Amino acid sequence: MKEQINLAIDTLCYHCGDSLPAVPFSSNDKQFCCAGCKSVYLILSSHNLSSYYAYNAIPGASQKKAAAHFDYLDEPAIAAELVDYMDDQTTVITLFIPAVHCSSCIWLLENLYKVNPDISNSRIDFPKKQVSITFRNQHISLRKVVELLASVGYEPQISLQDVVKKQQSDHSERNLVTKIAVAGFCFGNVMLLSFPDYFGLNSFEHTFQSFFGWVNLAFAIPVLLYSGRDYFISAWTNLRNGVLNLDFPLALGIAVMFIRSAAEIISHTGAGFIDTLCSLVFFLLIGKWMQQRTYHYLSFERDYRSYFPVAVTRLSKGMPQPVPLNELKTGDRILIRSNEIIPADAILLKGEAKLDFSFVTGESLPVAKVLGEIIYAGGRQLNGAIELEVIKPVSQSYLTKLWNNETFAGEKDPIKTFSDRASKYFSIVLLLIALSAGLFWINTDLNRAIASFTAVLIIACPCALALSSPFTLTAVLSIFDKNKFYLKNTAVIEEMARINTIVFDKTGTITNPTAKGFEFTGGLSTEEQQLINDLARNSGHPMSRELVKSLNLAPLYPVDNYMEKVGRGISGMVNGHNIKMGSAVYLGLTTQDKGSVVHILIDDRYCGYFRSEQRWRTGFKQMAVKLGQVHDLHLLSGDQDHDRELLTPFFPRTQQLHFQQSPQNKLDYILALQQKGNTKVMMLGDGLNDAGALKQSNIGIAVTDDINNFSPGCDAILDGAAFEKIPQFIRQAKDAVKVIHMSFAISLTYNAVGLFFAVQGILSPLIAAILMPLSTVTIILFTSLAARLYARKNNLL
Amino acid sequence: MNIIYMLIGFSILLALVFLLAFFWASRSGQNDDLYTPGVRILFDDDAPPRDEKKSDEDHTHP
Repeated sequence: MKEQINLAIDTLCYHCGDSLPAVPFSSNDKQFCCAGCKSVYLILSSHNLSSYYAYNAIPGASQKKAAAHFDYLDEPAIAAELVDYMDDQTTVITLFIPAVHCSSCIWLLENLYKVNPDISNSRIDFPKKQVSITFRNQHISLRKVVELLASVGYEPQISLQDVVKKQQSDHSERNLVTKIAVAGFCFGNVMLLSFPDYFGLNSFEHTFQSFFGWVNLAFAIPVLLYSGRDYFISAWTNLRNGVLNLDFPLALGIAVMFIRSAAEIISHTGAGFIDTLCSLVFFLLIGKWMQQRTYHYLSFERDYRSYFPVAVTRLSKGMPQPVPLNELKTGDRILIRSNEIIPADAILLKGEAKLDFSFVTGESLPVAKVLGEIIYAGGRQLNGAIELEVIKPVSQSYLTKLWNNETFAGEKDPIKTFSDRASKYFSIVLLLIALSAGLFWINTDLNRAIASFTAVLIIACPCALALSSPFTLTAVLSIFDKNKFYLKNTAVIEEMARINTIVFDKTGTITNPTAKGFEFTGGLSTEEQQLINDLARNSGHPMSRELVKSLNLAPLYPVDNYMEKVGRGISGMVNGHNIKMGSAVYLGLTTQDKGSVVHILIDDRYCGYFRSEQRWRTGFKQMAVKLGQVHDLHLLSGDQDHDRELLTPFFPRTQQLHFQQSPQNKLDYILALQQKGNTKVMMLGDGLNDAGALKQSNIGIAVTDDINNFSPGCDAILDGAAFEKIPQFIRQAKDAVKVIHMSFAISLTYNAVGLFFAVQGILSPLIAAILMPLSTVTIILFTSLAARLYARKNNLL
Repeated sequence: MNIIYMLIGFSILLALVFLLAFFWASRSGQNDDLYTPGVRILFDDDAPPRDEKKSDEDHTHP
């Protein structure tokens, strides 16, 4: 059994699980796919940390990506912005590490002191993918620590914005938890002291009644002034802005409950409603807490600062020196190495620029630039190092200006939820009933008038009503979460139920950026395919890797004289044949390449070429047909229109297919749709070119294949694997709204029962104490069960 | 029966101690990460590597 497992693992890289190249890198009988994986293994085994591979098979992440440069961390000004704490001996820093995913990661990162004893402590926060490292700064520099992390395969993502969640957000959550604890503490004790009263006290025990009352009253004060404070503040600010939301009847109910209870206890006329008050606040706060839970490792509010690097290398008097990004000025000369991002609009001065703009413009092919040409910020340099002169500061660059578009200066209108709208009518009706009940009794019995007026406000306090939305929506949120669809907050679900128009981006959204199909023109024997396969396996270029994937052959022959010209082509001797493959220019062919083409030359004989074609994401066709029946579908692509014919069958109205759209066009298009009236737009996009449109639409969904990667600011992040489930998500959102309506009906029924007693002025504390928790528990059970039932119906569970 | 005043007083006092203990735990960040400590406790102090022991020794003492 054990051998079998080893056998399976032996055909894969021991570190990261990728398939092995024809000549794998090996050490200690272990085989690795690349030098990076092997070197991680060597570091770990030389420090006696091989247990890393014992806790999980294949725990590592692929090391094929070139590591970034961290020399900017030696700049004290930059380092000071990143560290949490520093004195002349120790430094504490919290870093975000996207690669963290299993228990081996935790084990290794907490045993860093074994690799370098100058790291005194390292602690992982797994849900946030953060590691907090304490080190002796006299012996090891911040840069060395980060480089150490990178060398064992855990390169941190360093950015000045929002990647590391500072303690600030924790504080507000901790505050809420403390409030819940206080309310729960008081609720429990008050219940205990109220019970004797409900069961009836004999004459002897009546001496305790006022004592219990006073103690209860004492418990109610922290609940009123501390735990329930936010409801009063919110109700007051909303009233001043002329808004009646659910907090108003809640605050009114709490206040009336306290005043009436205090009056009854002080005047020895009754036990009051203290227990109801405490349970009400306790349950309300739990509902609030449920709604506040967030994804610690996801961010929906990213701007350009988290896309760009923290620092760039500036050349002053020919000497490279790292400077923080915001200190970059017009006229500065900067050095961009291979795989780095151009941070500001600049002119190319030296070197060979080949830039990948796919994330910015949606254009899938790299763009070459010549000396003196303007290069817009956001492109990633692919070739070698280049030198540029900055012509616009970072914040004024084309890309960042798009992001800071004044359309978004103000906050997007908050989404109007059902409970917001319903609570307005609820509050008015409630006040009317309370007043008329009071007026009805006022002539016959003043005490009864006051009793019924206050009782109405107490019993109709919409606790269950206030909880039905949060509990339903959080249940749906966690169902979406299991299906790899991550929403910014619960209000997005309600907005999603109202969507009637869907706009798609093309590149990276409906096409799968990794799965490419290859179509071969010419003739190849099986043997020749094998040769090509074995040669291409040696290259790390995306095209070669895709080609190997699509040929789907096992490695057979070793390769000699392997040569690679980065970005142009590869050559080598395989089984006695001289094979060359790559672009037309590289092979000395006279044909013009159209699109992504790989030509094949075997023993100087031209065999033909592979053309890569982007493929639709799985299930796109069925999904588009399904969505098209109910929704209005649009397509906005930054690309040329060579896919128009392929896409026509999926979009019912062909005039709604738009190509060659600039980011600004996309934004304007969404705006025009919205101005038509009664259109709620959901936009699906992936790149920076969609950033504006995503923000403008009612719901912007960023589609990504790796949720740790950068994605533009949006309302939701959708994992590419769940793309075909979009119709189910929309159905589920609609069902969620249905569940909210039903639970509103249930809680209104409870209110009506309570009102029956209240208007007659005969509401006893016992009835209130039973009715309030009972309705709350009913709502919690009903909403979570109903949400799950609907999810099962929609195949989401 | 007057003893009940004292008993109630003590019970509330005891409950308050627990409440304060919770405040302390919450403020010192013990509730911030509820996942990692559960994994951490499962690690052996010095876990014997799965099938590496021999090759490891080979490596360090060639």
